[in-house]
Amino acid sequence: MSTVAATAHAVHAHHDDRSFVRKYVFSTDHKIIGIQFLFLSLFSLLVGGVLAMQIRWQEGFPGQPMPGGKLLPETMASGGVLLPEYYIELVTMHGTFMVFFAIMLLLVGVYANFLIPLKLGAHDMAFPRINMASFWSAFVAGILMFASMFVPEGAARAGWTMYTPLSARHDLSGSSLGQELWSISIIFFGLSSVLGSLNYISTVINNRAPGMTWFRMPLSVWALFITAILGLLAVPVLAGAAIMLLFEQILGTHFFDPGAGGQALLWQHLFWFFGHPEVYILILPAMGMVSDLVANGSRKPIFGYHSMVFAICGIAFLGWIVWGHHMFVSGMNPTLGSTFMVSTLLIAVPSAIKVFNWMGTMWRGNIQFHTPMLNAIGFVAMFTIGGLSGIFMAATPLDMFIHDTYFIVAHLHYVLFGGSLFAIFGAIPYWYPKMFGRLMSDRWGKVHFYLTFLFYNLTFFPMHITGMAGHMRRIYDPTVYDFLKPYQPMNEFISISAFLLFATQIIFFVNFWWSLFKGEKAPLNPWHDNGLEWTLPSPAPHGNWETPPTVYRGPYEFSAPGVSEDYLPQNRKLPTDREPALAPAHGD
Amino acid sequence: MTWWLPPQASTFAAPIDWMFTAILIITGITFVLVEVGLVYFVIAYRNRPGRKAFYTHGNTRAEVIWTAIPAVTMVILGLSSNGLWVKIKGRNSVPANAYPIGVHAKQFEWWFTYPGADGKLGRVSPELIQETVNPTGLDRSDPAAQDDIVIRNQLHVPVGRPVVVTLTSEDVIHSFYVPQFRVRQDAVPGMSIRVWFEATVPGTYEVGCSQLCGMSHYKMRARVFVHTQAEYDAWLQQEAAKAKGASTS
Repeated sequence: MSTVAATAHAVHAHHDDRSFVRKYVFSTDHKIIGIQFLFLSLFSLLVGGVLAMQIRWQEGFPGQPMPGGKLLPETMASGGVLLPEYYIELVTMHGTFMVFFAIMLLLVGVYANFLIPLKLGAHDMAFPRINMASFWSAFVAGILMFASMFVPEGAARAGWTMYTPLSARHDLSGSSLGQELWSISIIFFGLSSVLGSLNYISTVINNRAPGMTWFRMPLSVWALFITAILGLLAVPVLAGAAIMLLFEQILGTHFFDPGAGGQALLWQHLFWFFGHPEVYILILPAMGMVSDLVANGSRKPIFGYHSMVFAICGIAFLGWIVWGHHMFVSGMNPTLGSTFMVSTLLIAVPSAIKVFNWMGTMWRGNIQFHTPMLNAIGFVAMFTIGGLSGIFMAATPLDMFIHDTYFIVAHLHYVLFGGSLFAIFGAIPYWYPKMFGRLMSDRWGKVHFYLTFLFYNLTFFPMHITGMAGHMRRIYDPTVYDFLKPYQPMNEFISISAFLLFATQIIFFVNFWWSLFKGEKAPLNPWHDNGLEWTLPSPAPHGNWETPPTVYRGPYEFSAPGVSEDYLPQNRKLPTDREPALAPAHGD
Repeated sequence: MTWWLPPQASTFAAPIDWMFTAILIITGITFVLVEVGLVYFVIAYRNRPGRKAFYTHGNTRAEVIWTAIPAVTMVILGLSSNGLWVKIKGRNSVPANAYPIGVHAKQFEWWFTYPGADGKLGRVSPELIQETVNPTGLDRSDPAAQDDIVIRNQLHVPVGRPVVVTLTSEDVIHSFYVPQFRVRQDAVPGMSIRVWFEATVPGTYEVGCSQLCGMSHYKMRARVFVHTQAEYDAWLQQEAAKAKGASTS
């Protein structure tokens, strides 16, 4: 059966007579869908960044007219000075765009789509049309969310966590249509995520090439597979909660209204039951891709492959039983706080395993300093800080003090920016040649990395200090509080660093677009990697392989003894290799 | 500006800061080991012509060690911080002699209810809330409520005596936060949540709202006055007289 499928595909690949629309717009090709997600999520990253700059202006220079602020309508800024209600919209939409539409789509939308079939030797996703539907519902969600910023009364004003009753009652938040569009957008987003996740899971289970056993899968695929399971189970909870919230907003139900028998805390339980697995959705794929990058950059097999897999599974499992640590001071029974504290602290164990194994991989390696590897090292260094600062707030008595302060803001940005985004800045140039057939400039990539690393730390590290001083999150003007007034110079410093951090990203965007047209043509295997994707031409044709490759070994056979080069592709047959006894089912 | 935690002004501050320091030391050591290790590896094992990486798939003993150490550390940390948590928030943690104060939060102000001479707070019910007339919904038919005093945005507490605060909210979730006391607790509509503390240093501090509660969240601020017991009693009498004058006139 697999020969028939392969022949059919060979014909297809040679005579690609699909129309432009079928090829690039409503495409079912996982690679094109991955690239569509890439453009959508990079746009969201830009939106989130622009919102962040306005937040930082207000925090650093409260009450002063923002440069360019006069361009904003009177409902957002008065004489260039941001209004408090607009400030709340900024923090809400910054979080929403960055978490859902930038990082989550970059990791899961882009790389699960692009990498899973290529790395497993599959022709495409298990359900290509469902895959297309997944992109287009994410696109609708993105459009709705973006549009919600421009409706009368402005965007949602309850923080990205949308705590009820503030989010449910328009009379209390002051925003109406924007608030409802947030709920509708998240429902579409949930649909997209579920469609994508079930596709990734099916593909990994069913569409592996002959010889690609579970423990020969690259860690990036392992991480994306486990992430898809988290997404399939967690995101529907959010979508369900968003439907309840929408009913509350437009139909006048009372799920979250204690005055009519509802429960205000119900939303928080639903949101964080989704929200904590979500945190791991936002970091596991980054960890997986960094594992690929670190092994490649060190020219060494990954240290402790099996424990890396088990650590991914362990983090994912523990991720389900820690949601209450967001609610230690919410009014939840304090005894539950003890339980959630223990499960939260335990997550440090698999996280530590991963960090030490990355270091073990670099130990006695032959480290190459290309842009992807630099960003991967940056990931390990910064994720360590983010992971360690998490221990502070896991301890319940301490959380009582630092909860909802800038200490949390610092922590989450060390994980999401220092972690996820550095991994993305490594992954983009690494798989860019596979996507577009050209290399991004390595020199400018390095300049971008060093400047980002510097300004990122100057921006987010001082937030630990203001957080320790008690600086609350989401306050429009910290100088209202006497105890925060002395910290205003530090807030200014953070803001200036943030502006420089944002400016540095221009280098990345220019490099990205310039290389698209003028970049150096990529050789077949630019990183001397073992992955199956590098045996294909760049960009790879529709349907990927004419004949599915056969896999003889794991993905990290770098510097193996008895091999002349320092890498050994997964599909290269050595005289000692046996043909795989049983080819996995190869559905198409 | 200090680069450390705010001044300590309650009995919780010292143990919480101690815990902060302990975690800082544990994480600090890990941080230095990891970052110094990374820098060392990056320099020592950088690409050199003719260098070939050492081919290994791992080392079970090393992995067991670096799994066991964090696991044991985390269990110890969990047990020790749970002891403190139970003392602060546990079911029976509120001292029997704690002085009760009611805290009612609404967009964007704090209303504090003091028990008057009888030392007891009267019943409150949300249905009775009327703007300016009865902002906290105090049930005046309750005998304990007769001498209760309701004040906006001013929290007065005696020093050296446990105070138990009963938090309610009228509209959305707010959060009662006094950094110098290291105390934070959300006020949730439909719930009545008790939290206690004991101030140790007389002075003035601030209550901040630390849960996003709407447009003017940033302005939801109250003053905290920590008095000696004698000062406090005098202040309370004076307020009681004022309240009486207001109700008879």
